[in-house]
Amino acid sequence: MKVLLLARYVLVECSRRRVFIVVPILSAAFLGLYWFAVARVFATSEFSSVPGPFDERLVVASTMLGLGLFGSFFLGVVLIVFLTFTVARGDAEQGLLQPVVVRPLGRRTFLVGRFLGAAAVSMLYVMLIFACCVLITRGISGWSPDNVVQPALELGAAVVIIGALTLLGSVFLATIANGVTALMLFGTGLVAGLIGQIGEALDSPTLEGISRFISWALPFEALYQSGLASLTEDISGLSGFLIRLGPFGGAQESGPGLYAWTVAYLVAIGLVTIWSFRRRDL
Amino acid sequence: MGAAFVAESLSKNYKSVRALDGVNFEVAEGELFGLLGPNGAGKSTLVKIGCGLVHPSGGRAEVCGAPAGTRAANARLGYLAELFRFPGWLTADEVLVLHQRLSDSDGGTRERAELLELIDLSRAADRRVETMSKGMQQRLGIAQALVGSPRLLILDEPTSALDPAGRRIIRALLEELKGRRVSVLLNSHLLSEVELVCDRVAIILAGRIVSEGTPDSLRAGSGVEVETDSGVKHFPDAVRDEIPAIVDRLVADGARIYEVRTTRRSLEDVYLEAVEGQTG
Repeated sequence: MKVLLLARYVLVECSRRRVFIVVPILSAAFLGLYWFAVARVFATSEFSSVPGPFDERLVVASTMLGLGLFGSFFLGVVLIVFLTFTVARGDAEQGLLQPVVVRPLGRRTFLVGRFLGAAAVSMLYVMLIFACCVLITRGISGWSPDNVVQPALELGAAVVIIGALTLLGSVFLATIANGVTALMLFGTGLVAGLIGQIGEALDSPTLEGISRFISWALPFEALYQSGLASLTEDISGLSGFLIRLGPFGGAQESGPGLYAWTVAYLVAIGLVTIWSFRRRDL
Repeated sequence: MGAAFVAESLSKNYKSVRALDGVNFEVAEGELFGLLGPNGAGKSTLVKIGCGLVHPSGGRAEVCGAPAGTRAANARLGYLAELFRFPGWLTADEVLVLHQRLSDSDGGTRERAELLELIDLSRAADRRVETMSKGMQQRLGIAQALVGSPRLLILDEPTSALDPAGRRIIRALLEELKGRRVSVLLNSHLLSEVELVCDRVAIILAGRIVSEGTPDSLRAGSGVEVETDSGVKHFPDAVRDEIPAIVDRLVADGARIYEVRTTRRSLEDVYLEAVEGQTG
Protein backbone atom coordinates (compact mmCIF):
# COMPACT_ATOMS: atom_id res chain seq x y z
CA MET A 1 0.00 0.00 0.00
CA LYS A 2 1.69 3.16 -1.22
CA VAL A 3 -0.52 5.33 1.01
CA LEU A 4 0.88 3.63 4.09
CA LEU A 5 4.40 3.76 2.67
CA LEU A 6 4.16 7.54 2.29
CA ALA A 7 2.56 7.88 5.73
CA ARG A 8 5.39 5.87 7.24
CA TYR A 9 7.94 8.19 5.66
CA VAL A 10 6.36 11.09 7.53
CA LEU A 11 7.07 9.20 10.77
CA VAL A 12 10.66 8.56 9.67
CA GLU A 13 11.00 12.23 8.77
CA CYS A 14 9.84 13.22 12.26
CA SER A 15 12.40 10.94 13.87
CA ARG A 16 15.32 12.14 11.74
CA ARG A 17 14.98 15.79 10.82
CA ARG A 18 16.97 18.03 13.09
CA VAL A 19 14.15 20.53 13.26
CA PHE A 20 11.98 17.97 15.02
CA ILE A 21 14.42 17.80 17.93
CA VAL A 22 12.80 21.08 18.93
CA VAL A 23 9.43 19.34 19.42
CA PRO A 24 10.39 17.11 22.39
CA ILE A 25 12.43 19.94 23.91
CA LEU A 26 9.55 22.42 23.72
CA SER A 27 7.09 19.77 24.87
CA ALA A 28 9.24 19.00 27.90
CA ALA A 29 9.52 22.73 28.60
CA PHE A 30 5.75 23.13 28.38
CA LEU A 31 5.08 20.19 30.67
CA GLY A 32 7.72 21.44 33.13
CA LEU A 33 6.11 24.87 33.21
CA TYR A 34 2.67 23.32 33.56
CA TRP A 35 3.85 21.19 36.48
CA PHE A 36 5.47 24.25 38.08
CA ALA A 37 2.32 26.38 37.64
CA VAL A 38 -0.03 23.76 39.08
CA ALA A 39 2.34 23.01 41.96
CA ARG A 40 2.73 26.72 42.78
CA VAL A 41 -0.99 27.40 42.64
CA PHE A 42 -1.71 24.59 45.06
CA ALA A 43 1.25 25.48 47.30
CA THR A 44 0.36 29.16 47.62
CA SER A 45 -3.45 29.10 47.62
CA GLU A 46 -5.18 29.09 50.99
CA PHE A 47 -7.97 26.61 50.59
CA SER A 48 -10.63 26.64 53.27
CA SER A 49 -10.67 23.52 55.40
CA VAL A 50 -14.38 24.00 56.06
CA PRO A 51 -16.71 22.81 53.27
CA GLY A 52 -18.08 25.91 51.53
CA PRO A 53 -20.65 26.56 48.81
CA PHE A 54 -18.17 25.30 46.21
CA ASP A 55 -15.03 23.12 46.10
CA GLU A 56 -12.12 25.55 45.71
CA ARG A 57 -9.55 22.84 44.94
CA LEU A 58 -11.78 21.37 42.26
CA VAL A 59 -12.30 24.75 40.59
CA VAL A 60 -8.57 25.46 40.55
CA ALA A 61 -7.58 21.97 39.37
CA SER A 62 -10.11 21.84 36.54
CA THR A 63 -9.26 25.36 35.40
CA MET A 64 -5.58 24.43 35.29
CA LEU A 65 -6.35 21.28 33.33
CA GLY A 66 -8.36 23.42 30.90
CA LEU A 67 -5.18 25.44 30.46
CA GLY A 68 -3.29 22.17 29.89
CA LEU A 69 -5.79 21.18 27.22
CA PHE A 70 -5.34 24.53 25.49
CA GLY A 71 -1.55 24.24 25.67
CA SER A 72 -1.68 20.72 24.20
CA PHE A 73 -3.96 21.97 21.44
CA PHE A 74 -1.63 24.82 20.58
CA LEU A 75 1.44 22.59 20.42
CA GLY A 76 -0.42 20.03 18.31
CA VAL A 77 -1.53 22.75 15.91
CA VAL A 78 2.01 24.03 15.48
CA LEU A 79 3.21 20.48 14.77
CA ILE A 80 0.57 19.59 12.20
CA VAL A 81 0.87 22.95 10.46
CA PHE A 82 4.61 22.36 10.19
CA LEU A 83 4.03 18.87 8.78
CA THR A 84 1.50 19.94 6.15
CA PHE A 85 2.10 23.54 5.10
CA THR A 86 4.57 22.73 2.30
CA VAL A 87 3.13 19.43 1.04
CA ALA A 88 1.94 20.61 -2.39
CA ARG A 89 3.16 23.97 -3.66
CA GLY A 90 6.02 24.45 -1.20
CA ASP A 91 7.57 21.05 -1.90
CA ALA A 92 7.00 21.50 -5.65
CA GLU A 93 8.87 24.81 -5.58
CA GLN A 94 11.76 23.11 -3.82
CA GLY A 95 11.77 20.18 -6.24
CA LEU A 96 10.98 17.61 -3.55
CA LEU A 97 7.61 16.69 -5.00
CA GLN A 98 8.35 15.97 -8.65
CA PRO A 99 10.47 12.81 -8.30
CA VAL A 100 7.73 11.23 -6.15
CA VAL A 101 4.54 12.20 -7.99
CA VAL A 102 5.82 11.00 -11.38
CA ARG A 103 5.88 7.48 -9.94
CA PRO A 104 2.85 5.30 -10.71
CA LEU A 105 0.89 6.17 -7.61
CA GLY A 106 -1.40 9.08 -8.48
CA ARG A 107 -1.59 12.45 -6.83
CA ARG A 108 -4.49 11.36 -4.61
CA THR A 109 -2.39 8.59 -3.07
CA PHE A 110 0.43 11.02 -2.47
CA LEU A 111 -1.79 13.53 -0.67
CA VAL A 112 -3.67 10.95 1.38
CA GLY A 113 -0.42 9.27 2.43
CA ARG A 114 1.20 12.51 3.52
CA PHE A 115 -1.95 13.59 5.34
CA LEU A 116 -2.39 10.29 7.17
CA GLY A 117 1.22 10.39 8.34
CA ALA A 118 0.93 13.97 9.60
CA ALA A 119 -2.45 13.29 11.22
CA ALA A 120 -1.22 10.14 13.00
CA VAL A 121 1.90 11.85 14.37
CA SER A 122 0.02 14.94 15.51
CA MET A 123 -2.92 13.07 17.05
CA LEU A 124 -0.63 10.80 19.05
CA TYR A 125 1.48 13.75 20.10
CA VAL A 126 -1.40 15.92 21.26
CA MET A 127 -3.04 13.07 23.17
CA LEU A 128 0.25 12.21 24.85
CA ILE A 129 0.82 15.80 25.98
CA PHE A 130 -2.76 16.05 27.26
CA ALA A 131 -2.38 12.75 29.12
CA CYS A 132 0.75 14.14 30.81
CA CYS A 133 -1.23 17.23 31.86
CA VAL A 134 -3.95 15.01 33.37
CA LEU A 135 -1.34 13.00 35.29
CA ILE A 136 0.41 16.14 36.55
CA THR A 137 -2.91 17.67 37.68
CA ARG A 138 -3.96 14.45 39.37
CA GLY A 139 -0.58 14.03 41.08
CA ILE A 140 -0.68 17.52 42.58
CA SER A 141 -4.39 18.13 43.22
CA GLY A 142 -5.68 14.60 43.58
CA TRP A 143 -8.41 15.40 41.04
CA SER A 144 -8.81 14.06 37.52
CA PRO A 145 -11.82 14.27 35.26
CA ASP A 146 -14.16 11.28 34.95
CA ASN A 147 -14.03 11.58 31.18
CA VAL A 148 -10.51 11.75 29.78
CA VAL A 149 -10.89 9.80 26.54
CA GLN A 150 -13.51 12.03 24.93
CA PRO A 151 -11.60 15.32 25.33
CA ALA A 152 -8.39 13.63 24.15
CA LEU A 153 -10.08 12.31 21.01
CA GLU A 154 -11.79 15.63 20.35
CA LEU A 155 -8.49 17.41 20.75
CA GLY A 156 -6.88 15.00 18.28
CA ALA A 157 -9.72 15.50 15.81
CA ALA A 158 -9.45 19.27 16.14
CA VAL A 159 -5.76 19.12 15.27
CA VAL A 160 -6.50 16.87 12.27
CA ILE A 161 -9.02 19.41 10.93
CA ILE A 162 -6.40 22.14 11.07
CA GLY A 163 -4.03 19.79 9.24
CA ALA A 164 -6.63 19.21 6.52
CA LEU A 165 -7.17 22.96 6.09
CA THR A 166 -3.42 23.55 5.95
CA LEU A 167 -3.03 20.81 3.35
CA LEU A 168 -5.73 22.47 1.24
CA GLY A 169 -3.91 25.78 1.63
CA SER A 170 -0.66 24.15 0.52
CA VAL A 171 -2.16 23.53 -2.93
CA PHE A 172 -2.73 27.24 -3.53
CA LEU A 173 -0.43 29.21 -1.25
CA ALA A 174 3.31 29.60 -0.99
CA THR A 175 4.91 28.17 2.14
CA ILE A 176 5.00 31.21 4.40
CA ALA A 177 1.60 32.50 3.28
CA ASN A 178 0.08 29.11 4.02
CA GLY A 179 1.67 28.84 7.46
CA VAL A 180 0.46 32.32 8.39
CA THR A 181 -3.03 31.58 7.06
CA ALA A 182 -3.25 28.34 9.05
CA LEU A 183 -2.25 30.01 12.30
CA MET A 184 -4.66 32.90 11.62
CA LEU A 185 -7.48 30.41 11.10
CA PHE A 186 -6.54 28.83 14.41
CA GLY A 187 -6.64 32.27 16.06
CA THR A 188 -10.00 33.05 14.45
CA GLY A 189 -11.44 29.88 15.92
CA LEU A 190 -10.16 30.74 19.38
CA VAL A 191 -11.59 34.25 19.17
CA ALA A 192 -14.92 32.76 18.11
CA GLY A 193 -14.88 30.59 21.23
CA LEU A 194 -14.21 33.60 23.45
CA ILE A 195 -17.01 35.54 21.74
CA GLY A 196 -19.35 32.66 22.50
CA GLN A 197 -18.36 32.63 26.18
CA ILE A 198 -18.82 36.39 26.41
CA GLY A 199 -22.15 36.07 24.59
CA GLU A 200 -23.32 33.47 27.09
CA ALA A 201 -22.17 35.51 30.07
CA LEU A 202 -23.91 38.63 28.71
CA ASP A 203 -26.87 36.62 27.43
CA SER A 204 -26.33 38.01 23.91
CA PRO A 205 -27.90 35.84 21.17
CA THR A 206 -26.06 37.82 18.49
CA LEU A 207 -22.61 37.07 19.92
CA GLU A 208 -23.58 33.47 20.53
CA GLY A 209 -24.84 33.18 16.94
CA ILE A 210 -21.60 34.60 15.52
CA SER A 211 -19.60 32.21 17.65
CA ARG A 212 -21.73 29.23 16.64
CA PHE A 213 -21.41 30.08 12.94
CA ILE A 214 -17.61 30.31 13.10
CA SER A 215 -17.40 27.16 15.23
CA TRP A 216 -19.26 25.20 12.55
CA ALA A 217 -17.30 26.80 9.72
CA LEU A 218 -14.07 25.94 11.57
CA PRO A 219 -15.14 22.86 13.55
CA PHE A 220 -11.80 22.45 15.28
CA GLU A 221 -12.99 25.20 17.61
CA ALA A 222 -16.28 23.38 18.29
CA LEU A 223 -14.31 20.19 19.05
CA TYR A 224 -11.95 22.03 21.36
CA GLN A 225 -14.88 23.64 23.18
CA SER A 226 -16.61 20.29 23.39
CA GLY A 227 -13.43 18.76 24.83
CA LEU A 228 -13.23 21.52 27.44
CA ALA A 229 -16.89 21.05 28.33
CA SER A 230 -16.55 17.28 28.68
CA LEU A 231 -13.60 17.73 31.08
CA THR A 232 -15.93 19.23 33.65
CA GLU A 233 -19.30 17.83 32.66
CA ASP A 234 -19.43 15.73 35.83
CA ILE A 235 -18.95 18.77 38.07
CA SER A 236 -22.29 20.18 39.14
CA GLY A 237 -23.57 22.90 41.44
CA LEU A 238 -21.77 26.16 42.14
CA SER A 239 -18.36 24.63 41.41
CA GLY A 240 -19.45 23.66 37.90
CA PHE A 241 -21.01 27.10 37.35
CA LEU A 242 -17.81 28.89 38.40
CA ILE A 243 -15.63 26.65 36.21
CA ARG A 244 -17.80 27.32 33.17
CA LEU A 245 -17.50 31.05 33.75
CA GLY A 246 -13.71 30.79 33.56
CA PRO A 247 -11.58 31.09 30.42
CA PHE A 248 -11.35 27.30 30.05
CA GLY A 249 -14.90 26.54 30.97
CA GLY A 250 -15.99 25.23 27.61
CA ALA A 251 -19.19 27.22 27.49
CA GLN A 252 -19.93 26.21 23.92
CA GLU A 253 -21.32 22.72 23.67
CA SER A 254 -22.05 21.82 20.09
CA GLY A 255 -24.55 19.00 20.39
CA PRO A 256 -24.71 15.54 18.88
CA GLY A 257 -24.24 16.60 15.25
CA LEU A 258 -20.65 17.66 15.81
CA TYR A 259 -19.02 14.30 15.05
CA ALA A 260 -21.04 13.73 11.89
CA TRP A 261 -20.24 17.27 10.79
CA THR A 262 -16.53 16.72 11.55
CA VAL A 263 -16.42 13.63 9.34
CA ALA A 264 -18.38 15.33 6.54
CA TYR A 265 -16.16 18.40 6.82
CA LEU A 266 -12.95 16.35 6.60
CA VAL A 267 -14.28 14.41 3.60
CA ALA A 268 -15.33 17.63 1.84
CA ILE A 269 -12.01 19.37 2.50
CA GLY A 270 -10.19 16.21 1.37
CA LEU A 271 -12.13 16.00 -1.90
CA VAL A 272 -11.58 19.70 -2.69
CA THR A 273 -7.86 19.32 -1.91
CA ILE A 274 -7.46 16.26 -4.13
CA TRP A 275 -9.47 17.84 -6.96
CA SER A 276 -7.43 21.05 -6.81
CA PHE A 277 -4.11 19.24 -6.58
CA ARG A 278 -4.94 17.04 -9.57
CA ARG A 279 -5.60 20.10 -11.70
CA ARG A 280 -2.49 21.94 -10.63
CA ASP A 281 0.57 22.24 -12.85
CA LEU A 282 3.70 21.36 -10.90
CA MET B 1 7.02 -1.70 -31.23
CA GLY B 2 5.32 1.71 -30.96
CA ALA B 3 7.01 4.98 -30.18
CA ALA B 4 8.30 5.55 -26.66
CA PHE B 5 7.03 9.11 -26.67
CA VAL B 6 4.56 10.89 -28.91
CA ALA B 7 3.67 14.58 -28.90
CA GLU B 8 0.82 15.44 -31.23
CA SER B 9 -0.33 19.03 -31.74
CA LEU B 10 0.73 19.68 -28.20
CA SER B 11 0.01 23.15 -26.87
CA LYS B 12 0.16 24.83 -23.49
CA ASN B 13 -0.97 28.27 -22.41
CA TYR B 14 -0.02 29.86 -19.11
CA LYS B 15 -2.72 32.54 -18.98
CA SER B 16 -1.83 34.80 -21.92
CA VAL B 17 1.58 33.20 -22.56
CA ARG B 18 1.71 30.47 -25.19
CA ALA B 19 4.46 28.14 -23.97
CA LEU B 20 3.87 25.40 -26.56
CA ASP B 21 2.26 25.90 -29.92
CA GLY B 22 1.34 22.73 -31.77
CA VAL B 23 4.41 20.59 -31.13
CA ASN B 24 4.67 17.28 -33.01
CA PHE B 25 7.43 14.72 -32.67
CA GLU B 26 8.10 11.12 -31.72
CA VAL B 27 10.86 9.36 -29.85
CA ALA B 28 11.30 5.86 -31.22
CA GLU B 29 12.03 2.73 -29.20
CA GLY B 30 15.68 2.79 -28.18
CA GLU B 31 16.26 6.26 -29.62
CA LEU B 32 18.17 9.03 -27.90
CA PHE B 33 16.36 12.25 -28.73
CA GLY B 34 17.77 15.68 -27.84
CA LEU B 35 15.73 18.81 -27.23
CA LEU B 36 17.53 22.10 -27.73
CA GLY B 37 16.33 25.63 -27.24
CA PRO B 38 16.98 28.84 -25.33
CA ASN B 39 15.51 29.56 -21.90
CA GLY B 40 11.75 30.00 -22.09
CA ALA B 41 11.46 28.12 -25.39
CA GLY B 42 9.09 25.53 -23.89
CA LYS B 43 11.45 22.59 -23.38
CA SER B 44 10.75 22.07 -19.70
CA THR B 45 7.01 22.50 -20.24
CA LEU B 46 7.20 19.83 -22.90
CA VAL B 47 8.99 17.29 -20.71
CA LYS B 48 6.73 18.09 -17.76
CA ILE B 49 3.70 17.32 -19.91
CA GLY B 50 5.38 14.03 -20.76
CA CYS B 51 5.65 13.24 -17.05
CA GLY B 52 2.13 14.37 -16.20
CA LEU B 53 3.35 17.25 -14.06
CA VAL B 54 1.79 19.83 -16.38
CA HIS B 55 -1.56 19.48 -18.12
CA PRO B 56 -1.59 20.37 -21.83
CA SER B 57 -4.03 22.98 -23.12
CA GLY B 58 -4.44 21.04 -26.36
CA GLY B 59 -3.17 18.04 -28.29
CA ARG B 60 -1.97 14.85 -26.71
CA ALA B 61 1.16 13.24 -25.31
CA GLU B 62 1.73 9.50 -24.95
CA VAL B 63 4.36 7.46 -23.16
CA CYS B 64 4.74 3.94 -24.54
CA GLY B 65 1.17 3.99 -25.80
CA ALA B 66 -0.44 5.30 -22.60
CA PRO B 67 -1.67 8.88 -22.13
CA ALA B 68 1.00 10.93 -20.37
CA GLY B 69 0.40 11.38 -16.65
CA THR B 70 -1.55 8.17 -16.17
CA ARG B 71 -0.27 5.44 -13.88
CA ALA B 72 0.33 3.19 -16.90
CA ALA B 73 2.50 5.87 -18.49
CA ASN B 74 4.37 6.67 -15.29
CA ALA B 75 5.06 2.96 -14.71
CA ARG B 76 7.21 2.98 -17.88
CA LEU B 77 8.89 6.29 -17.20
CA GLY B 78 12.01 7.47 -15.43
CA TYR B 79 12.36 11.20 -14.84
CA LEU B 80 15.06 13.53 -13.67
CA ALA B 81 13.74 17.04 -13.14
CA GLU B 82 15.85 20.11 -13.84
CA LEU B 83 15.31 21.32 -10.29
CA PHE B 84 14.88 18.53 -7.81
CA ARG B 85 15.80 17.60 -4.26
CA PHE B 86 15.64 14.47 -2.20
CA PRO B 87 14.87 14.60 1.51
CA GLY B 88 18.19 15.37 3.19
CA TRP B 89 17.47 12.94 6.02
CA LEU B 90 17.47 9.89 3.70
CA THR B 91 20.63 8.05 2.67
CA ALA B 92 21.38 7.42 -1.01
CA ASP B 93 20.33 3.79 -0.62
CA GLU B 94 17.10 4.76 1.16
CA VAL B 95 16.21 7.16 -1.65
CA LEU B 96 16.46 4.26 -4.08
CA VAL B 97 14.48 1.96 -1.74
CA LEU B 98 11.67 4.54 -1.61
CA HIS B 99 11.59 4.82 -5.39
CA GLN B 100 11.73 1.06 -5.83
CA ARG B 101 8.63 0.75 -3.67
CA LEU B 102 6.83 3.60 -5.37
CA SER B 103 7.57 2.18 -8.81
CA ASP B 104 6.81 -1.45 -7.83
CA SER B 105 10.33 -2.48 -8.76
CA ASP B 106 11.33 -5.95 -7.59
CA GLY B 107 15.02 -5.28 -8.24
CA GLY B 108 15.87 -5.26 -4.54
CA THR B 109 19.40 -4.83 -3.23
CA ARG B 110 20.96 -5.95 -6.49
CA GLU B 111 19.29 -3.23 -8.55
CA ARG B 112 20.29 -0.56 -6.05
CA ALA B 113 23.89 -1.73 -5.96
CA GLU B 114 24.04 -1.76 -9.78
CA LEU B 115 22.58 1.72 -10.07
CA LEU B 116 24.93 3.18 -7.47
CA GLU B 117 27.83 1.49 -9.25
CA LEU B 118 26.66 2.87 -12.58
CA ILE B 119 26.84 6.47 -11.38
CA ASP B 120 29.93 5.89 -9.24
CA LEU B 121 28.23 6.33 -5.86
CA SER B 122 28.72 2.86 -4.40
CA ARG B 123 30.83 4.18 -1.56
CA ALA B 124 28.21 6.79 -0.69
CA ALA B 125 25.28 4.36 -0.35
CA ASP B 126 24.91 5.04 3.37
CA ARG B 127 25.56 8.75 3.21
CA ARG B 128 22.70 11.08 3.90
CA VAL B 129 21.68 13.26 0.98
CA GLU B 130 22.21 16.42 3.07
CA THR B 131 25.93 15.61 3.30
CA MET B 132 26.38 15.09 -0.45
CA SER B 133 27.74 17.59 -2.94
CA LYS B 134 25.45 18.96 -5.63
CA GLY B 135 27.12 16.78 -8.23
CA MET B 136 26.63 13.64 -6.13
CA GLN B 137 22.97 14.50 -5.65
CA GLN B 138 22.63 15.01 -9.40
CA ARG B 139 24.08 11.56 -10.05
CA LEU B 140 21.81 10.08 -7.41
CA GLY B 141 18.93 11.74 -9.25
CA ILE B 142 19.93 9.89 -12.40
CA ALA B 143 20.11 6.58 -10.51
CA GLN B 144 16.66 7.29 -9.09
CA ALA B 145 15.31 7.89 -12.60
CA LEU B 146 16.62 4.47 -13.66
CA VAL B 147 14.87 2.60 -10.83
CA GLY B 148 12.46 -0.03 -12.18
CA SER B 149 14.16 -0.24 -15.62
CA PRO B 150 12.02 2.39 -17.37
CA ARG B 151 11.38 2.14 -21.10
CA LEU B 152 11.55 5.90 -21.49
CA LEU B 153 13.94 8.12 -19.60
CA ILE B 154 13.24 11.85 -19.54
CA LEU B 155 16.26 13.83 -18.44
CA ASP B 156 15.89 17.57 -17.96
CA GLU B 157 19.35 19.16 -17.88
CA PRO B 158 21.01 16.08 -16.34
CA THR B 159 24.54 17.47 -16.40
CA SER B 160 23.86 21.00 -15.20
CA ALA B 161 25.47 20.46 -11.78
CA LEU B 162 28.21 18.09 -12.88
CA ASP B 163 31.93 18.60 -13.34
CA PRO B 164 33.67 17.26 -16.49
CA ALA B 165 34.23 13.84 -14.88
CA GLY B 166 30.58 13.62 -13.91
CA ARG B 167 29.53 14.59 -17.42
CA ARG B 168 31.68 11.85 -18.84
CA ILE B 169 29.95 9.33 -16.56
CA ILE B 170 26.56 10.49 -17.82
CA ARG B 171 27.68 10.33 -21.45
CA ALA B 172 28.88 6.77 -20.94
CA LEU B 173 25.61 5.97 -19.21
CA LEU B 174 23.59 7.35 -22.13
CA GLU B 175 25.61 5.23 -24.55
CA GLU B 176 24.92 2.18 -22.41
CA LEU B 177 21.22 2.95 -22.27
CA LYS B 178 21.19 3.14 -26.03
CA GLY B 179 22.70 -0.31 -26.08
CA ARG B 180 19.93 -1.55 -23.81
CA ARG B 181 17.27 -0.06 -26.15
CA VAL B 182 16.07 2.39 -23.52
CA SER B 183 14.57 5.49 -25.14
CA VAL B 184 15.84 8.81 -23.85
CA LEU B 185 14.38 12.28 -24.19
CA LEU B 186 17.26 14.56 -23.28
CA ASN B 187 16.72 18.21 -22.58
CA SER B 188 20.06 19.98 -22.43
CA HIS B 189 21.76 23.30 -22.94
CA LEU B 190 25.05 21.57 -23.65
CA LEU B 191 25.09 21.38 -27.43
CA SER B 192 28.32 19.42 -27.63
CA GLU B 193 26.85 16.78 -25.36
CA VAL B 194 23.69 16.47 -27.44
CA GLU B 195 25.77 16.35 -30.61
CA LEU B 196 27.87 13.51 -29.22
CA VAL B 197 25.17 11.19 -27.98
CA CYS B 198 21.81 11.92 -29.62
CA ASP B 199 20.38 10.03 -32.59
CA ARG B 200 18.01 12.85 -33.41
CA VAL B 201 17.67 16.44 -32.31
CA ALA B 202 14.88 19.01 -32.32
CA ILE B 203 15.39 22.73 -31.85
CA ILE B 204 12.46 24.38 -30.15
CA LEU B 205 11.86 28.11 -30.18
CA ALA B 206 8.93 30.05 -28.79
CA GLY B 207 6.98 26.84 -28.28
CA ARG B 208 7.50 25.50 -31.81
CA ILE B 209 9.89 22.97 -33.27
CA VAL B 210 11.82 24.89 -35.92
CA SER B 211 14.30 22.21 -36.90
CA GLU B 212 14.47 18.46 -36.46
CA GLY B 213 16.69 15.66 -37.71
CA THR B 214 19.87 13.71 -37.08
CA PRO B 215 22.87 15.81 -36.01
CA ASP B 216 24.51 15.03 -39.40
CA SER B 217 21.50 16.14 -41.42
CA LEU B 218 21.22 19.36 -39.41
CA ARG B 219 24.90 20.11 -40.01
CA ALA B 220 24.67 19.47 -43.78
CA GLY B 221 25.55 22.20 -46.32
CA SER B 222 28.54 23.39 -44.40
CA GLY B 223 30.47 25.42 -47.04
CA VAL B 224 33.97 25.58 -48.52
CA GLU B 225 37.00 27.70 -47.62
CA VAL B 226 39.87 28.34 -50.06
CA GLU B 227 43.18 29.86 -48.94
CA THR B 228 44.64 31.98 -51.72
CA ASP B 229 47.48 34.47 -52.09
CA SER B 230 44.94 37.24 -51.53
CA GLY B 231 43.39 35.73 -48.38
CA VAL B 232 40.79 33.14 -47.42
CA LYS B 233 37.73 33.00 -49.67
CA HIS B 234 34.46 31.70 -48.13
CA PHE B 235 31.75 29.88 -50.07
CA PRO B 236 29.19 29.23 -47.31
CA ASP B 237 26.57 27.50 -49.43
CA ALA B 238 28.96 25.30 -51.43
CA VAL B 239 29.23 21.53 -50.97
CA ARG B 240 32.18 19.20 -51.48
CA ASP B 241 31.28 18.32 -55.10
CA GLU B 242 31.56 21.96 -56.12
CA ILE B 243 35.24 22.28 -55.03
CA PRO B 244 36.84 21.57 -58.49
CA ALA B 245 34.66 24.19 -60.16
CA ILE B 246 35.44 26.74 -57.45
CA VAL B 247 39.20 26.09 -57.78
CA ASP B 248 39.02 26.31 -61.59
CA ARG B 249 37.22 29.65 -61.39
CA LEU B 250 39.72 31.10 -58.89
CA VAL B 251 42.73 29.91 -60.93
CA ALA B 252 41.17 31.34 -64.09
CA ASP B 253 40.89 34.65 -62.24
CA GLY B 254 44.65 34.50 -61.51
CA ALA B 255 44.57 33.38 -57.88
CA ARG B 256 47.25 31.10 -56.41
CA ILE B 257 45.68 28.28 -54.32
CA TYR B 258 47.39 27.11 -51.11
CA GLU B 259 44.69 25.07 -49.37
CA VAL B 260 41.09 24.00 -49.89
CA ARG B 261 38.89 22.70 -47.06
CA THR B 262 35.22 21.94 -46.45
CA THR B 263 33.99 23.63 -43.32
CA ARG B 264 31.85 21.53 -41.08
CA ARG B 265 29.22 23.36 -39.04
CA SER B 266 28.79 22.31 -35.49
CA LEU B 267 25.40 21.83 -33.95
CA GLU B 268 26.10 25.06 -32.11
CA ASP B 269 26.29 26.91 -35.45
CA VAL B 270 23.01 25.34 -36.55
CA TYR B 271 21.41 26.19 -33.22
CA LEU B 272 22.62 29.79 -33.22
CA GLU B 273 21.48 30.28 -36.81
CA ALA B 274 18.06 28.98 -35.88
CA VAL B 275 17.83 31.18 -32.79
CA GLU B 276 19.07 34.28 -34.58
CA GLY B 277 16.77 33.57 -37.51
CA GLN B 278 13.81 33.58 -35.18
CA THR B 279 14.81 36.49 -33.00
CA GLY B 280 16.87 38.61 -35.36
